[in-house]
Amino acid sequence: MDYALQQLLNALAFGAEYSLVALGLAVVFSIMGLVNFAHGEIIGVSAYSVFLAAALGLTSPFVAVLLAVGMAALAAVVFERVAFRPVRYAPTTTGLLTAFGVSIVVQNLFMLLISPKPQSVSVLNGLNQMWFFGPFAVSSLQVMELIVSGLTILALVLFLNRSTLGLAIRAASRDFATVRLMGIKANRVIATAFAISGALAGIAAVFILARRGSVSPDLGFGLVLKAFVACVIGGFGSLPGAAVGGMLLGFIEVGLLVALPQEYAGFRDALTYAIIVALLVYRPEGLLGQRIELGDKEI
Amino acid sequence: MLKVEKLVVRYGAVMAVRELSLEVGEGELVALLGPNGAGKSSTINALTGLVTPASGRIVLDGKDISHVRTEDRIRAGLTSTPEGRHIFANLSVGENLRLGAATRRDPAGVRQDIERFLSLFPVLSERYGQAAGTLSGGEQQMLAIARSLMSRPKLLLLDEPSLGLAPKIVARIFDFIGELKAQGLTLLVVEQNAKQALRFADRVYVVSSGTLRYDGPPARLADEHGLFNLYIGG
Repeated sequence: MDYALQQLLNALAFGAEYSLVALGLAVVFSIMGLVNFAHGEIIGVSAYSVFLAAALGLTSPFVAVLLAVGMAALAAVVFERVAFRPVRYAPTTTGLLTAFGVSIVVQNLFMLLISPKPQSVSVLNGLNQMWFFGPFAVSSLQVMELIVSGLTILALVLFLNRSTLGLAIRAASRDFATVRLMGIKANRVIATAFAISGALAGIAAVFILARRGSVSPDLGFGLVLKAFVACVIGGFGSLPGAAVGGMLLGFIEVGLLVALPQEYAGFRDALTYAIIVALLVYRPEGLLGQRIELGDKEI
Repeated sequence: MLKVEKLVVRYGAVMAVRELSLEVGEGELVALLGPNGAGKSSTINALTGLVTPASGRIVLDGKDISHVRTEDRIRAGLTSTPEGRHIFANLSVGENLRLGAATRRDPAGVRQDIERFLSLFPVLSERYGQAAGTLSGGEQQMLAIARSLMSRPKLLLLDEPSLGLAPKIVARIFDFIGELKAQGLTLLVVEQNAKQALRFADRVYVVSSGTLRYDGPPARLADEHGLFNLYIGG
């Protein structure tokens, strides 16, 4: 029972983390058609900010969390302003290559300016403790991850459904030109989407730091690949799809970890992707994506 | 109110609009007619700034807005209901109307306007919380026009409001356009459906291949050089 509960919590926590990062990718993709592979470096900037602040003596976990989220949102907005805005109306491959460029440049800046080796960050270690509920021992970090991700997604849903800017982001995901005809500034809509995307990455960065206790230049890259997969599972560009896809990916990974005998553990990733491929054969547009037939014109 | 001088719109080597000049006076309803591909929509898109003209001047209320961004042109009191309606299909009817008022800062007035359109178009009221994509074509057109009016424009550009709709519904939409004119709104209506467009028009422009072919009152259009038949069809 204890083991089952722990694995369930594991799956939920991993799923929540993938969902947060996948949502960040999806918010930007849905309105700009840009797969932002530099999203991982936003996580990196966030984590290194906490590292640098700690080195300067700011060791309060509260400050670290604010800094992580704030710097991630700022980094995302700066990436947009400096790198993505000039290529906004260029073909989508240009945006994709620009994102890879930003990713490589920023990773190398981390290596040059700080260090290619992992650096220890212990400010947030306090978040990672064991909590005992009667006979059950659970990780405080996982519980928080789940609650915070849930609240974050709730806040995002409220924002997208209640505020004018949120409505504009949803509308822009289908028809950007007409959003501008409403007198809504395109730059503001896009900057807001990037800021949201960055803040989500920053929240993920807090949990990564608390779990790993260290930061390295390629910190976010692997996670963004996973989040990309989560987006594909859920249907690229669909926000509910990203959240569901991330959760499902968490459950597949942990499920295989539990189900596979020790000697086959090495096949975990292969099996994960095999399941996803099977899923996509069945639903090529993803779980919640929309099927668009060639030649369809949305009116 | 609106003055367009020698507007040129190019798409690469293709010239969609060739030195088009036109004027819309305050309180006027001006029809811009012409066959498919005549450059009517390109003209509208140049007026709203969604397309950047190669040359020419656009003057609104005495101010040159040729280099003003789309968003700021809307804030200056010009708006357009685009061809094909372009309602936000994934948003509800109510959310569409709210976005139409995005430039306004008077929530009470916005609520009042929404109420007014809902009583004017009861079907929008019935479907208020539903995704706008579930509306029929005619209902979507009404929503699109209402959404444009939510910004309280001085000048409304209507691009092919009859597109793809049944004659009875087209007549109703033009009844509403006539009411808007009676209320003092200035309108520029682009149409292929000449019969409906001419019902309330003060003046008519006819374009073909991006060039102006006729400029005058609707009554004269019918007998001048057979233009009516040539460019618009019987």
